[in-house]
Amino acid sequence: MLKPKSQSHYVGPAVVQDIVSRTLSVLVDNEPGVLARVIGLFTARGYNIDSLTVTETEHEKHVSRITIVTTGTPAVIQQIKHQLERMVPVHRVLDLTVEGQSMERELALVKVAGKGDKRIEALRMAEIFRANVIDASINHFVFEITGKASKIEQFIQIMTDLGLIEVSRTGIAAIGRGDAAM
Amino acid sequence: MGSQQMNGAEIVLKALVDQGVSDIFGYPGGAVLPLYDAMFNQNSIRHILVRQEGGAVHAAEGYARSTGKVGVVVVTSGPGATNAVTGLTDAMMDSIPLVCITGQVPTHLIGNDAFQECDTTGITRPCTKHNYLVKDVNDLARVVHEAFYVARSGRPGPVLIDLPKDVAMAMGTYIEPKHVKPKHYSPQVKGDSVKIEQAVKMIAAAKRPLIYAGGGVINSGPQASKLLRQFTKLTGFPCTLTLMGLGAYPANDKQFIGMVGMHGTYEANLAMHDCDVMVCIGARFDDRITGRIDAFSPGSKKIHIDIDPSSINKNVHVDVPIVGDIAYVLEEMLRVWKAKAPTLDKGAHKAWWKQIETWRKKKSLSYKKSDTVIMPQYAIERLYELTKDRDCYISTEVGQHQMWAAQFYHFDDPNHWLTSGGLGTMGYGLPAAIGAQLAHPKSLVIDIAGDASILMNIQEASTAVQFDVPVKVFILNNQHMGMVRQWQQLLHGNRLSHSYTESLPDFVKLAEAYGWVGMKCEKPDELDDAITEMINTDAPVFFDCRVAALANCFPMIPSGKAHNEMLLGDDVSDEEVGGAISEEGKVLV
Repeated sequence: MLKPKSQSHYVGPAVVQDIVSRTLSVLVDNEPGVLARVIGLFTARGYNIDSLTVTETEHEKHVSRITIVTTGTPAVIQQIKHQLERMVPVHRVLDLTVEGQSMERELALVKVAGKGDKRIEALRMAEIFRANVIDASINHFVFEITGKASKIEQFIQIMTDLGLIEVSRTGIAAIGRGDAAM
Repeated sequence: MGSQQMNGAEIVLKALVDQGVSDIFGYPGGAVLPLYDAMFNQNSIRHILVRQEGGAVHAAEGYARSTGKVGVVVVTSGPGATNAVTGLTDAMMDSIPLVCITGQVPTHLIGNDAFQECDTTGITRPCTKHNYLVKDVNDLARVVHEAFYVARSGRPGPVLIDLPKDVAMAMGTYIEPKHVKPKHYSPQVKGDSVKIEQAVKMIAAAKRPLIYAGGGVINSGPQASKLLRQFTKLTGFPCTLTLMGLGAYPANDKQFIGMVGMHGTYEANLAMHDCDVMVCIGARFDDRITGRIDAFSPGSKKIHIDIDPSSINKNVHVDVPIVGDIAYVLEEMLRVWKAKAPTLDKGAHKAWWKQIETWRKKKSLSYKKSDTVIMPQYAIERLYELTKDRDCYISTEVGQHQMWAAQFYHFDDPNHWLTSGGLGTMGYGLPAAIGAQLAHPKSLVIDIAGDASILMNIQEASTAVQFDVPVKVFILNNQHMGMVRQWQQLLHGNRLSHSYTESLPDFVKLAEAYGWVGMKCEKPDELDDAITEMINTDAPVFFDCRVAALANCFPMIPSGKAHNEMLLGDDVSDEEVGGAISEEGKVLV
């Protein structure tokens, strides 16, 4: 008789896959509870959400676009896609990472308090990062910065040493390049 | 006339009639009173008053499963809705089409913790295929029509409509189904032709093929079962079925090798383990089927036909996935097969069948016979023999009796086997039998039950009397929660913690108290006469069948083991049973 080698039971380690990060665009009917439905799926099935952005994008059709950044093995990502697709209010799910070239942007509001050299340095760094000052007093700045998540991470990292006291981030919005629509 | 003015409750009833609904199962309450008022003056729809909302949902499930129609439930807000949750989850797991209408407090009170208020759509979101909270009476007709469409299309499932009382009383416009634009929700029914050709090629080249079919065949409709038979006959392959699939292929056919899975036959599980091409049709590689997943059918190429893309590659990686409705895909496969007329490796198939026959000779379903005490397996065998010539519907509760029923009652037709497979809901059987009997008044409907399970929805006995439903409840009474006890013996050193029912009711007296006929049988040689008497009684009958108390359900793949590590009933001592599961296996369910 064939003896199984592995000691695991229900978890199938037959193919060991690496964890990858994927950006999914989900077009949904903007009906009550639709976001709860999508998020509930992720918690119920143990999927990760690294970033989530949602708002109505087509007002006349009441269609919202949810952008989810998630991590998992390619098999899990495939499952997530299928699980989303079978929900009644979901029109379409697109894996932007896999489909080809796409752009991701995030906006952050970063509040930095301080005086003296640190304050001057914060303003200087903000210029380098092309962040705008949208509120200021003699004790603080609020910067608005847009860009890839990695750029925002870097900016926040720098500001940590320069008196960072608060951050608010939108989460990632993403769209494919070229003249084709989703 | 495409549209008419009426109140919300009337809109709902009109929509139900236009959807072809003739029976609904329900229980009234404050928030749903307008709907009940609308029911008062009409004769198009029969309302079956249950005794607890959970019973309504299971009855609708039995009705739906035995007819292929959408089951309809009406319950009130708050506790009415929460009592329905188990049934909805059950229907979700077993893909049973239901529409459940729940009353809700008036819209201005929603969120105020009003009397009998609960967040019904929030609570039921994960256990329904879709749900709606209707806040505008003019959306109501569309929502009801859409709910039926969603419930029955693609992979079927329960859909819930939460209806606030003020919406049910407001005047609005009724729209007929034909004027409702279908939602964008449109599951793929036709399979990919390239994949189908690939599958046919793979099947034709198989040396040790196996057809593994499940509940999806039954959900697809009677045509799918017919096509499965044709396909199996045409290829000459062995066929096994899951618990939910029983009846999709005739159990008495020699190409049927028994049920697969934890309590499936030795030959089915070994064939599953050793096959080289597995054709999975409408089944989902559930953990009760696969056992230990990394040792599951290690040498086979797998073809998976399923209407739900999320079922594919969920538990087991497959080589050829085909998304589509079983009937469409099988028809196409048969067409391609006939056109190609492939030459099969007859020699290999002969050797494979010879191997299967060797496994079959193990007679894995055998058990120790007794002259003094009724063995539970024997009871089902006799029940089958004495009822097989009738149009008979069998429902079950959950536990040992359910597995024995699946093993020893042989189903030749789809839609005749009603059981809670996915969720495993004790208390399912009696209301499900009532639902099936209402749909098939002339047929014989039997709930094969256990002494513990039957008490979980015993109140529905009263429903059966009110609606003249002559269902039979055949209790395999071993005075234990048999499956719990068996697992305690397997896993926990036979420490029978709370699995013995200390004070069971006298089922005969209980039956009589409800207005049923009560019967009791304790001796094997009296069993046949007693069963015949039960069948011939034109009234609901409780049959208290006293069976061996400590019988175990075999064969069994212990949790955490592979198909080829099955325990067979004949050759296991109690000690071996006690040590059958490793420490790691004990954490599994």
